[in-house]
Amino acid sequence: MRRQPATARVFRALYSGNARAVIGRGLLATRSSNWMVMVSGFFEPVLYLLSMGLGLGALVGAVEGPAGQEISYAAYIAPALLAVSAMNGAVYDSTWNVFFKMTFAKLYESMLSTSLGPLDVAIGEIFLALLRGALYATGFTAVMMAMGLATSPWALLLIPAAVLIAFGFASLGMGITSFMKTFQQMDWINFVMLPMFLFSATFYPLDVYPQVVQWIIQALPLWHGVELLRQLSVGVFSPATAVHILYYLVMILVGMVLTTRRLRQLFLS
Amino acid sequence: MVSASRARRFGSWYYAEHSLRVMNSYRWVLLANSVGSPVVYLFAMGIGLATLVDQNDGGAFGGVSYLAFLAPALVMSAAVMTAATEFTYPVMDGFKWRRVYYGPHASPLGVHQIVNGHILAVSIRLTAGSAAYFGITALFGAAPSAWGWLSVPIAVSCGLAFGLPLMAYAASIREDKGQFALVMRFIVTPLFLFSGTFFPLESLPGYLRWIGWISPLWHGTEVGRTLSYGYSQPAWLIITHMAFLAGLAGVGWILAQRAYQRRFSG
Amino acid sequence: MRAAANGQPVISAQDLRKCYGDFAAVDGLSFEVQAGESFGLLGPNGAGKSTTMRMIGGVSQRTSGTLAVMGLDPDDHGPEVRAHLGVVPQQDNLDEELKVRDNLVVYGRYFGLPLSYLRPKADELLEFAQLSDKANAKVDSLSGGMKRRLTIARALINEPRMLLLDEPTTGLDPQARHILWDRLFRLKESGVTLILTTHHMDEAEQLCDRLIVVDKGRIMAEGSPAELIRRYSTREVLELRFGSQRNTTAVDELRGIGDRIEALPDRVLIYARDGEAALEEATLRGLHPVTSLVRRSSLEDVFLRLTGRSLVD
Repeated sequence: MRRQPATARVFRALYSGNARAVIGRGLLATRSSNWMVMVSGFFEPVLYLLSMGLGLGALVGAVEGPAGQEISYAAYIAPALLAVSAMNGAVYDSTWNVFFKMTFAKLYESMLSTSLGPLDVAIGEIFLALLRGALYATGFTAVMMAMGLATSPWALLLIPAAVLIAFGFASLGMGITSFMKTFQQMDWINFVMLPMFLFSATFYPLDVYPQVVQWIIQALPLWHGVELLRQLSVGVFSPATAVHILYYLVMILVGMVLTTRRLRQLFLS
Repeated sequence: MVSASRARRFGSWYYAEHSLRVMNSYRWVLLANSVGSPVVYLFAMGIGLATLVDQNDGGAFGGVSYLAFLAPALVMSAAVMTAATEFTYPVMDGFKWRRVYYGPHASPLGVHQIVNGHILAVSIRLTAGSAAYFGITALFGAAPSAWGWLSVPIAVSCGLAFGLPLMAYAASIREDKGQFALVMRFIVTPLFLFSGTFFPLESLPGYLRWIGWISPLWHGTEVGRTLSYGYSQPAWLIITHMAFLAGLAGVGWILAQRAYQRRFSG
Repeated sequence: MRAAANGQPVISAQDLRKCYGDFAAVDGLSFEVQAGESFGLLGPNGAGKSTTMRMIGGVSQRTSGTLAVMGLDPDDHGPEVRAHLGVVPQQDNLDEELKVRDNLVVYGRYFGLPLSYLRPKADELLEFAQLSDKANAKVDSLSGGMKRRLTIARALINEPRMLLLDEPTTGLDPQARHILWDRLFRLKESGVTLILTTHHMDEAEQLCDRLIVVDKGRIMAEGSPAELIRRYSTREVLELRFGSQRNTTAVDELRGIGDRIEALPDRVLIYARDGEAALEEATLRGLHPVTSLVRRSSLEDVFLRLTGRSLVD
């Protein structure tokens, strides 16, 4: 047998260039499943926005926006809620959903008895997660505009930015799932997500914390997402904008490398 | 025959023991969540968010800090969330996914004992969880009144008032079409957000306040606030809140019994 | 090693080994399978049959040894190897979110096949699996036998040259099994290579040209069903029951009858060329069993002799 260079060999064993078959399957399954469940995902951040924005906003009044200007509390939290929703959706799809399809539905087992490779499956699933994220982000951005919470035309960039955030979390999430063996271990994922959701300058500015805590939060991904979307929502940019974007590009890269390296552990044995 | 008569008397406890053993396999996650999430919520909302709220609340919280206002609501919400999980997925697991109910059903245990045993086990978990949550709020100094600990049984009844009707519904589902995801998103989340948890119901526009009135979470929270920091309201109102919780739990319990009987008999 | 009858073998395994930590699930298997052959792997639970199947499909990496499937190493060319394989797993893993016909079409898409080919092919396979009237049903609503037939139909969507069947009829009722055997036999006639694992000996006798008996990851015997029976058993078996108290004492009195005697808790087996003669001999010695039965030796006798009677789980 003719030997090929090592990397090409690894690649051929993992990838058949047919991720679109996995995507096609996902779309067909969505069509036949309960579409209400699909739609309901869009409502969660909207409910948070109504509750916190209207109810709490009435008590809090105006707060300081990204450029030091006064903005309403609803306008302050809306981009943060979009970032959180992008994170939650991507993490759910790349961890729980993948774990369920692997362990219970045995979906990947059947996919991998065809000429598909594990990389086809991973790319297909991540693409589906991002597609869903893009739909939700579009809906939420429309709600923000209708409520007058996004005034700048730059706000349209909230949609691709939310997809960027989702991509970062989905690629990393799938790599992490490859280390999981039981549902009990999966529960720990939620345990890490909760503090990140609450502490990442979602509902109030970071400066209430001592300096050390601020540094820790700034090292975590969600804060960068929240800040990026907050800047986009009012169309105010700073050198930090580039840092936030760069953070996610690196996260996607690291996540994809990790996931690819762990593909055999994830899908094969 | 000894075992049959014992089962008649203690059957619910036997079933509860089974349920608790299942929960025990999750003990570390449960423990981490029952300590971790109160701490995280109290820090984030009770202290972090409070810096924004306390600056300009204009006396909306009856003279107490935002932390003290929030704490009883968080105890109640945690109980409702736990109940929402424990009375849905395990029920589906029992009848459909892994069919765990059918083992006990083939033993001397009666159907009503399986229902009661499940409720008993969840009540024990709710009691432990609420006590832990309340204890942590007390450590944060968020429960100044000496009667605060009584919010633990209120939290348990709050959880049951929400959970038992849900249990009846869960037992009636024959095909999993993602109904629980819908319950979580369209019922549990709105209740959490619009039941006066993070702000008094009155600061919502009038057309949204009805959500609070029909929500066991709001009724439980109102009683909890009176107990933990002496939020003042007329006695008849407190009794109404408690009667509402008891009524909902009672109706839910009867419906659950009926739903289980129907499901097991065909 | 058998000489290749008609050119290259489609599977060639040498000293195949798969370890999980210290445990060797497959411990040095060597075998070859010729094109068009029907080849069986027999063995108790945990013998390493399914692991071997997974290595052939390139979804489980071997620890050592060499393996070529249609001339390719499945570890390096998983997708290419699987393009020519049809896989029927031990437990049906149909796509519950899709309808019956969509299961076939979507599965075909995983091979990169065009819809113009897949649409008529799916209908043809539904016909073959006797599921045409269920085309738009949900998978959930199918019986066990129907699901199994659908799984087999699905494995044929890419017109595979080789079909891997992991316990194809376990858990099915007799009617469903016979329908499946009929379908598999037709495939074999049309030239598809069948590789199957089973622990139903009647199935192996029905379907396999040649088989290996595997236990604890090693090959215990290899040959056609008839060869194995000839080599490891006698032509007939006499089964005698004396009641559970008396079986062991009866063994002493039966000594010398037949080629071999095996005492089980519930009965005594006498392996003999002529079972009726053995029974007469026993009666002559004044033994009066509660029941007696003379039957042909089967692959099951070979299997139990080679892999023992104790439970393996």
